[in-house]
Amino acid sequence: MEWAVADVVGIREETPTARTLMLRIPGWKGALAGQHIDIRLTAPDGYQAARSYSLSSAAGDELAAVSVELMPDGEVSPYLVRGISVGDQLEVIGPLGGWFVWRPEQTEPVRLIGGGSGIAPLVSILRTHIRSGNTAPVKLLYSVRTPEYVYFSDELDALTAEAGAEVAIQYTRHAPPGWQGTIGRLDARRVTDWAEGDQNASTYICGPTRFVELASDALVAAGVDPATIRTERFGGA
Amino acid sequence: MGIVTPGFFGKHREADPKLPPGQYETKDFPVLSAGPTPNIHDGEWAFSITTETGEVTRWSWDEFRALPVEDVHTDIHCVTRWSKFDTDWRGVSLDTLFEGIETSAGYTMAHSFGGYTTNVPLEDLLGGKAWVAFEYDGEPLDPEHGGPARLLVPHLYFWKSAKWVKGLSLHDSEELGFWEVNGYHAYGDPWKEERYYYDS
Repeated sequence: MEWAVADVVGIREETPTARTLMLRIPGWKGALAGQHIDIRLTAPDGYQAARSYSLSSAAGDELAAVSVELMPDGEVSPYLVRGISVGDQLEVIGPLGGWFVWRPEQTEPVRLIGGGSGIAPLVSILRTHIRSGNTAPVKLLYSVRTPEYVYFSDELDALTAEAGAEVAIQYTRHAPPGWQGTIGRLDARRVTDWAEGDQNASTYICGPTRFVELASDALVAAGVDPATIRTERFGGA
Repeated sequence: MGIVTPGFFGKHREADPKLPPGQYETKDFPVLSAGPTPNIHDGEWAFSITTETGEVTRWSWDEFRALPVEDVHTDIHCVTRWSKFDTDWRGVSLDTLFEGIETSAGYTMAHSFGGYTTNVPLEDLLGGKAWVAFEYDGEPLDPEHGGPARLLVPHLYFWKSAKWVKGLSLHDSEELGFWEVNGYHAYGDPWKEERYYYDS
């Protein structure tokens, strides 16, 4: 596998600080749901910087989609969120990673727990689940600051309806008008109540370190086999 | 050199000789783990070395803590492209642990609580190159970073420095560990950018 020159063929503003980039990558044969790619930028003097981004596109999609959140002190994300336009080119390598993946031949119930931009690989799993006609139950718990920070907001309802998925959104700061659910940080009780009842489920948790620790610790404390929980963390501790 | 990205100039302009290719420096200490953080109770931790003939040498936590310790000041490099300079650890050298071990094996597999494994050639663990570390920055090692003890092999990408390590097994031929069968390089030299299995 070599670095390939990808064309940016579409950009969608996802949240006030995040964008989804649709990339056409020569020779792209799709990915497994949950995999990532590395994106590399090169300055005129040859200086390079590369970062990893989870794919949100379905496994077999012709275009690769990644969502990039602006890191204020970042080096690559400010360029990808503020600087790049449709028609520009980027170097990419991938798909990468063989652990945080869901395969259509899996038949057990699927639990997806995402925090903030950690929703991206989980949407890839949802999309792949729909595409494959898999009938295993799937549900999503999504923790997000406010409604405007919901990724894939215009698609999430349709996507989850099509997957027959149950979706629970946890707004941590404020919720849309008329919201009946709770508001506030996810706690262990909320996670275990939500997770109850799926025997032999596989769980995929992606988000900031603290969030992933909380959700995975809660499930393990409630008796879930740690070997059935896959995690992807970002940020420090 | 790749295609020039118009309008991209980069931030970290100093070419730091301590930084392997493709890496950037972070002051943070990111956490990367494949699953939940194992909760290892006091008294549960033990470390063993199992030779290719099946001979097992085992240290309880107290026995392990009675061994001579070394302070290690080193840079660490994660395959996800961050490097962290000047980290301080305390641990037991693998040279110390191997003092009484009879082996002619060339390969090791590190085993962790939680089931994680990673393969390292034996010569990469000996000669002052690796430790079982139990302190970071003067404090007991945080569970998220592998506490109570982790392998520390700073000259390889950090996934080789198995968190929650509980033992090593010795093998005559190389087997692949957890990340190595999930797409990562069998050896993992940061200076050669041996990130993925096809970067041979």
